[in-house]
Amino acid sequence: MATKKLNLKDKYRLLTRDLDWEFSYQDRKEAFPYEEFEGIKITDWSKWEDPFRLTMDSYWKYQAEKEKKLYAILDAFSQNNGQTNISDPRYVNALKIFLTGVSPLEYQAYQGFAQTGREFGGIGARVACQMQSIDELRHVQTQIHAMSHYNKFFDGFQEFSHQHDRIWYLSVPKSFFNDARAAGPFEFMVAIGFSFEYVLTNLLFVPFMSGAAYNGDMATVTFGFSAQSDEARHMTLGLEVIKFLLEQHEDNVPIVQKWIDKWFWRGTRLLTIVAMMMDYMLPNKVMSWKEAWEVYFEEAGGALFKDLARYGIRMPKYAETIEKEKEHISHQAWWTFYTHGHATGFHTWVPSDEELDWLSEKYPDTFDKYYRPRWEMAKEMEAKGERFYTKALPQLCTVCQIPMLFTEMDDPTQTCYRSSDYEENKYHFCSDGCKDIFDDEPEKYVQSWLPVHQIFQGNCGGPDVEDILRDYYRINVGTDNMDMKGSPDELRWKEWKGTA
Amino acid sequence: MTIEIKTSMLEPVRHTFAHIERRFGDKPATRYQEATYDVQSETNFHYRPLWQPDLELNDPRRTAIQMSDWYAFKDPRQFYYGSYVQQRAKMQEAAENNYAFFEKRNLANHLSEELRASLIRFLVPFRHVEHTANLNNVYGAAYGYGTAITQALMFDGMDRLGMAQYLSRIGLILDGNSGDSLVEAKTQWMSADIWQGVRAICEEMLVTKDWFELLIAQDFVIDNLVANLVYEQWDEHLVANGGQDVAMLTEFMRVWHKDTARWVDAVIKVAAAESEENQLLISDWVTKWRGKAAEAFAPLCNEMLSENALTDALLVMDKRLAKAGVK
Ligand SMILES: [Fe+2]
Ligand SMILES: [Fe+2]
Ligand SMILES: [Zn+2]
Repeated sequence: MATKKLNLKDKYRLLTRDLDWEFSYQDRKEAFPYEEFEGIKITDWSKWEDPFRLTMDSYWKYQAEKEKKLYAILDAFSQNNGQTNISDPRYVNALKIFLTGVSPLEYQAYQGFAQTGREFGGIGARVACQMQSIDELRHVQTQIHAMSHYNKFFDGFQEFSHQHDRIWYLSVPKSFFNDARAAGPFEFMVAIGFSFEYVLTNLLFVPFMSGAAYNGDMATVTFGFSAQSDEARHMTLGLEVIKFLLEQHEDNVPIVQKWIDKWFWRGTRLLTIVAMMMDYMLPNKVMSWKEAWEVYFEEAGGALFKDLARYGIRMPKYAETIEKEKEHISHQAWWTFYTHGHATGFHTWVPSDEELDWLSEKYPDTFDKYYRPRWEMAKEMEAKGERFYTKALPQLCTVCQIPMLFTEMDDPTQTCYRSSDYEENKYHFCSDGCKDIFDDEPEKYVQSWLPVHQIFQGNCGGPDVEDILRDYYRINVGTDNMDMKGSPDELRWKEWKGTA
Repeated sequence: MTIEIKTSMLEPVRHTFAHIERRFGDKPATRYQEATYDVQSETNFHYRPLWQPDLELNDPRRTAIQMSDWYAFKDPRQFYYGSYVQQRAKMQEAAENNYAFFEKRNLANHLSEELRASLIRFLVPFRHVEHTANLNNVYGAAYGYGTAITQALMFDGMDRLGMAQYLSRIGLILDGNSGDSLVEAKTQWMSADIWQGVRAICEEMLVTKDWFELLIAQDFVIDNLVANLVYEQWDEHLVANGGQDVAMLTEFMRVWHKDTARWVDAVIKVAAAESEENQLLISDWVTKWRGKAAEAFAPLCNEMLSENALTDALLVMDKRLAKAGVK
């Protein structure tokens, strides 16, 4: 028999897309029960365009090759004590935030995509989600393995899993993903697949991975590069989801727009931590947060939304506010962590003079005017032996859970407070964006596990802050927290370098 | 300036993460341990899921099985992502060589018309069973509890997609890539009498909500039948009837079933050893699905093999169950 040559699309259809069937013995809606409750209308799953056509045999093959290379480098890294080649031990604190704050999100992505990978009625979409799910499992595991060596030589990594569920600032990333997973499958896809993976992912990974490269961290660079081809697949899935939803039914457009508005806002709030890392935590700077925002959002995102305009999708709400925020948020965030440095699982510090000058140069309109004076003051106090820690527990935004540290963007001397009343209670927000999200679904956000409220309610032990830090958070008080200067991390480093 | 550092001089502060140390002591841990234990969130979830507001996002109550430690489900293969893909890459390389050889030598042409027809009628429709298994295992990955078992379920789910694709390729080899055999196999699946029981039980699993019950139904009961009937008994039948070369195309499945049964049996053993209640649940579920499956597979078995075939397969299942400590 003559063998026909199959193109990739036909081959993939034959091997994969035709596996599903119309049910005769059960109600198909019982098997895929979560497709309708969000109000999204899918008229024809067969219109789904596979964003990538990877069969499992090639998946195993490529991924195994990538894993082999990655682990060879991780092994070499630990055998050669690669941690001694980084630029400066302050850098490692960015990794502590990564392992405690970001890697567990990879885990949640694994779970969320497993769910959509089971629940979507269309097999093309399901299989794409399943592959993303197992990829995300890869990411969390390779990150743990890459950090495993750092954990042996630095403090603050050892309780990443326990702490992700408890520490006040870690509820910011955790609640972000919990929010997406607690939503329906389509909102999850718009939240994570599109808004996060497609629109914002470059702002998370490029800074972390280039930061690693600039600071001599081979372990992180390697897993970052190794994950890149996975991420490329994830991005195409995110884009296909949006196009598919918008093309399926015009009634989907306003729902999708609302989700884009919400998740874009929530995503930029989450990225505050990246902003702070770029501007303050990397000893060797890659670029400023402001520059990163301009390149990866304003240019790239602008083009994307121009493209989506033909479906009736506009730029996310509050995009103009965010444009102003890029001048401020990193400074406001690091100041908050610096002043709460006794309650963090990583070290904080005053930027060096050289770094302050760099910030002045990168933020000519705001840094000298609003932020430099604070750091000069902190520096003076520290020199006098009065390193400053605030005693008060911060009030948190009910939605993004970040302390109320942001200002009105038109008046950076004025902290921004918003609130809503719901069932006899008052709820507080950091911004109009967060308030809108609450007002749209108050019954969801009143459930927020707000770390500071929980402390006041006695759910985190106590009575003193130190008891909570030690017993509930499992921070090694005096070792993991406080200033970088004089920390065991710093002392060890000096010993390695013979400068102690 | 870089300073030469002798690696032996650097004493680690600790050997592994604190949660690994609490389980196994402060000593160097394996990659499987660090990738697996206590990785999933357990508490302080922020919102109840809109799709199941009575439960938390991660909640052990999505099955009736109860465990004091969900990480007791250690995978005897110690699969985490990296070791899993390495292992499967090896298997797929062997499969690729087999498929390439089969196609290069045109071995399909040596099969009798009758044999080709029976491959399309009996073997290729199993790709729909594999697809069901894909969904059932991904279901467990999504709703199960603890990384130890959910990652293994995820791997299993992806394996089943792979095997559905291998079975589809067998169809394409038989029809010269026209896809006609897949259409014919699907017609069998949708309307041939011999397949309707199997299809009905697949649909029933897809509406079953307890993920551990599904693991029993799919990964123990159905898979046991498929492994024994299709990849052992029917394979012998093929050998006896001039179809020995087909074994090259199904070797992946035989290796896979052996490998995976080790994990499934370990899961059942651990769950049953935990408590009387678990033991009872498992034996009830096995009884329920064994009965349904026997009925569902009987017409297919009779045509494909013989009346005794099913009895033999069920005997293998019962032995496995007894070995796993379930009465
Ligand atoms: Fe990821
Ligand atoms: Fe991703
Ligand atoms: Zn907020």
